[in-house]
Amino acid sequence: MDNDTPDQGSGEAPVRVVLAKLGLDGHDRGLKVVARMLRDAGMEVVYLGLRQTTETIIDAVEQEDADVVGISMLNAGHLTLGPRMVEALSQAGLDVPVIIGGIVPDDDRPAMAAAGVAGVLGPGASAEEVVACVQAACRRC
Amino acid sequence: MKTERNPEEGEKQQFRTLSGIPVEAVYGDGPAPGEFPYTRGVHADMYRSRLWTMRMFAGFGTAQDTNARFHELLKAGGTGLSTAFDMPTLMGRDSDHEWAIGEVGRAGVAVDSVEDVADLFAGIDLSAVSTSMTINGPAPILLAMYIAVAEEQGVDRSHLSGTLQNDILKEYQAQKEYLFPPRPSVRLVTDVIRFTAAEMPRWNPVSISGYHIREAGSTAAQELAFTLANGFAYVEAAIATGLAVDDFVPRLSFFFNSHLDFFEEVGKFRAARRIWARWMRDRYGATDERSLKLRFHTQTAGVSLTAQQPEVNVARVALQALAGVLGGTQSLHTDSFDEALALPSDDAARIALRTQQVIAHETGVANVVDPLGGSAYVEWMTDELERRAEEVFTHLEDLGSGSLLEGVHAGIESGWFAGEIADAAYRYEREVNAGERIVVGVNAFIEGDDPEARRLLRIGQDTEDLQRKRLDIVRQHRDDEAVAAALAQVVADASDSTTNVVPSLLDAVRVRATLGEIVDALEGVFGTWVEKSVI
Amino acid sequence: MLSSVSSADVEPIGRGVGHRTVDQLVSAARGGERRATARLLTLVERGGETASAVADAIWPQVGSGGTDAHVIGVTGPPGAGKSTLVAAWLTQLVAAGRRPAVLAVDPSSPLTGGAILGDRIRMSEASAAGVFIRSMATRGHAGGLALAVPGMVRVLELAGFDPVVVETVGVGQVEVDITSAADTCLVVVNPGMGDAVQANKAGLLEVADLFAVNKSDRPDAADVRRDLELMLDLSDMTGHRRPGVAERPAVISTTATTGAGMDELAAALDGHRDGLVSSGALHDRRRQRWRSEVRSHLAERLRRLADATVADLEPKDNRSPNALVEDLIASIFEELVEDVDSRCDRGD
Repeated sequence: MDNDTPDQGSGEAPVRVVLAKLGLDGHDRGLKVVARMLRDAGMEVVYLGLRQTTETIIDAVEQEDADVVGISMLNAGHLTLGPRMVEALSQAGLDVPVIIGGIVPDDDRPAMAAAGVAGVLGPGASAEEVVACVQAACRRC
Repeated sequence: MKTERNPEEGEKQQFRTLSGIPVEAVYGDGPAPGEFPYTRGVHADMYRSRLWTMRMFAGFGTAQDTNARFHELLKAGGTGLSTAFDMPTLMGRDSDHEWAIGEVGRAGVAVDSVEDVADLFAGIDLSAVSTSMTINGPAPILLAMYIAVAEEQGVDRSHLSGTLQNDILKEYQAQKEYLFPPRPSVRLVTDVIRFTAAEMPRWNPVSISGYHIREAGSTAAQELAFTLANGFAYVEAAIATGLAVDDFVPRLSFFFNSHLDFFEEVGKFRAARRIWARWMRDRYGATDERSLKLRFHTQTAGVSLTAQQPEVNVARVALQALAGVLGGTQSLHTDSFDEALALPSDDAARIALRTQQVIAHETGVANVVDPLGGSAYVEWMTDELERRAEEVFTHLEDLGSGSLLEGVHAGIESGWFAGEIADAAYRYEREVNAGERIVVGVNAFIEGDDPEARRLLRIGQDTEDLQRKRLDIVRQHRDDEAVAAALAQVVADASDSTTNVVPSLLDAVRVRATLGEIVDALEGVFGTWVEKSVI
Repeated sequence: MLSSVSSADVEPIGRGVGHRTVDQLVSAARGGERRATARLLTLVERGGETASAVADAIWPQVGSGGTDAHVIGVTGPPGAGKSTLVAAWLTQLVAAGRRPAVLAVDPSSPLTGGAILGDRIRMSEASAAGVFIRSMATRGHAGGLALAVPGMVRVLELAGFDPVVVETVGVGQVEVDITSAADTCLVVVNPGMGDAVQANKAGLLEVADLFAVNKSDRPDAADVRRDLELMLDLSDMTGHRRPGVAERPAVISTTATTGAGMDELAAALDGHRDGLVSSGALHDRRRQRWRSEVRSHLAERLRRLADATVADLEPKDNRSPNALVEDLIASIFEELVEDVDSRCDRGD
């Protein structure tokens, strides 16, 4: 990319996203696919992988100065763990939007939104939907 | 639910078409079903004498909740039970562990101690049912709990029949529910194989599973190759402990996924049987015919189910189930159509079972063995999948300097398997995204979705609180010194790689050591495992 | 185009940090606030005017005579287990009371500019122990990385981290440039990498102050160790060695997964630095690093000037491209002078 003049300092820096699985289940197929979708949309993904805790995610968000956090869960624990993540970030003083990926019934979406979850991505979300969701959640974009 | 065919009915009308034309058991030339290399099936007459087992997976809430479901299933004529455990149990953690918050009893039944297993099987004669337990990392502990409960019921372990999934290798490759590093974990697998080979002749100690590899995004060829490679690895590991190949291989069983590409799936099942038979005979020197016959359970592809227009999933499941049957499966679980949305509801689970019954009793496909055998396309597909699998075996052999076991370890340690699977998953998603693959209701034909109409099963917070109380009560009523002594023995036995750890696990569960306590003790010896991230 | 801003003008966008000025961020980072440190890293990484403002604010506090963190570059062929090794080593340093930080560099996708940064997951143990880890992508062009990394290292120094580790993948020119800017460069290899070692012989020799043979519990570890020693023997004869490196690099055997060799590694790294201090070579290296950083910034500035200058240029019949350059340089100079004048007028 010889002609890629570094347009530095103009606010065009890539969006930085922390991706993690919260909870015990080991289904990381979706999270890995999302990581690649975001990479292919020009974003920088800090991939934390399996079995993260709210604490390890907060450490990463803080040190990596992330713009968005994406949490995947396939354990039907979204109503417990989703709001817990939002709450933990906010208590740590980090006002970073949280997107939840996984099997979230439509009925639960209002409760998730009320708890401060910035976006929900269900199974089968297309690359466009995933990228649009992250961009919408990200204030810098 | 094992379904014996009614012989009288069979004589009368079973093996005629709907219009009355009599049909033979098998058509075509070449090695017949029941003959080496068993491409066409492990039995000569397959479903003519006995249908596949319709084994439906169940588990939720506390042990008592699941026990009630088991009793319903048995009342409905079932003779096999299949247990799903919740995430904390699968990960070897007690229900009061911090990781367990929000997960107790949600995706399966919660088990903390032998008391829970006793409640799970209360009122069920364990000498008369066969039980399948879908558990891997803590599998030896759950086996010990099951034996202890049976013995407290007065049933000797030698009379128990069932299957322990106990396939740890695919956990590192795909499902990621591992507790310890790969090598000590494989040692635990061989401890179970040795124990059951000596003392539990009716028990299947490992169900070598491609299902989860496929669900993680692999192709059919990868599922076939990785699963069989794992099978070879267990065979090599068990032989290395001094077992003779025919002493344990007959009790190894397999578990495959049945996905949407119909003929590819049928070819996969046929190729699996042929590869296994050849490798067991030619490479590992098996002579017992039972060692050569690959028996497998099939489950339809959960990952193929869509959250959009979920009722359409009934059609997907039916076609996948049909591929499993035409591929010669020994047992089958059909997914519920609402699984992309939540845990299966009762209604959806019933429709899933009925789907199998329609295939078994209405379509006539069970009347002829391997009815697709001899189709130029199916035979070519079978050969092609075998060829692709052999390429993988060669690669793993190179990695392991001639040993499949070492090759599989190397592939796990370097993240090779996970990388191959992630690549395949991404390739598929891109194709769907680009519209090169149609997923009905998702990227085409999207009209008619009605989110309002969905009724979903939900597990409440009460389960979690109740389960924690049960655990407290167990801890209060036991002899803590005996528990400490038993755990010390577990540590001592685990530390010596030549000692079989199953007997000391049995002693520990008998004195009510909990699952989490035993896993902690083993973790002290074996350590933990962090996968090499391959994205 | 050449305008500059003073640090007080900058109000970085804030997510939870509030709208703080660079000076406020610098002072918070100096007080050990991780969030401010992370934000400063972002600003430096993005480059441009804000990065210059940050550099201006930090330089007096950590510049040549400021703090004195040991800057260690770690590189080696892909798959050598660098991250695992770094994690195990730094976890021990934390236990010994040190405050290490890591800048972990992964390549960006050349096609999309995006990146998947996986080092953090490989260093989860170190993260849990409190090591500050920052992942960064190469962002498409080598020049940008060479510009950003020294500034980011200074931010970490400012925040009191010591040592500051810069980890890169591979032994290509970019990695060599970055790691050779460190006080000490550690090259990690592992068994079964004989070919990679052979292929990158020159690059490795150029940068390595120390070698770690990781996964040394494997039977073939002896082979790779022997290859390395042979390579070093031969280079003794040819005198092929990085300037300012007097001593033959030590070869340490480690096994990150068991912690074996970590004490020796830590001692060798400290020893290397002590050697640099006592011989005066540390001073030389830092001067070298400073010059190369200035050169990078200068080159970057000139490159942008060149880009802007040719952007709308049309071919000329009477001037060859070579001759045209002379005209352009003259006009660029004119513009530079005007720019400086206008700044003086504004009173900057």
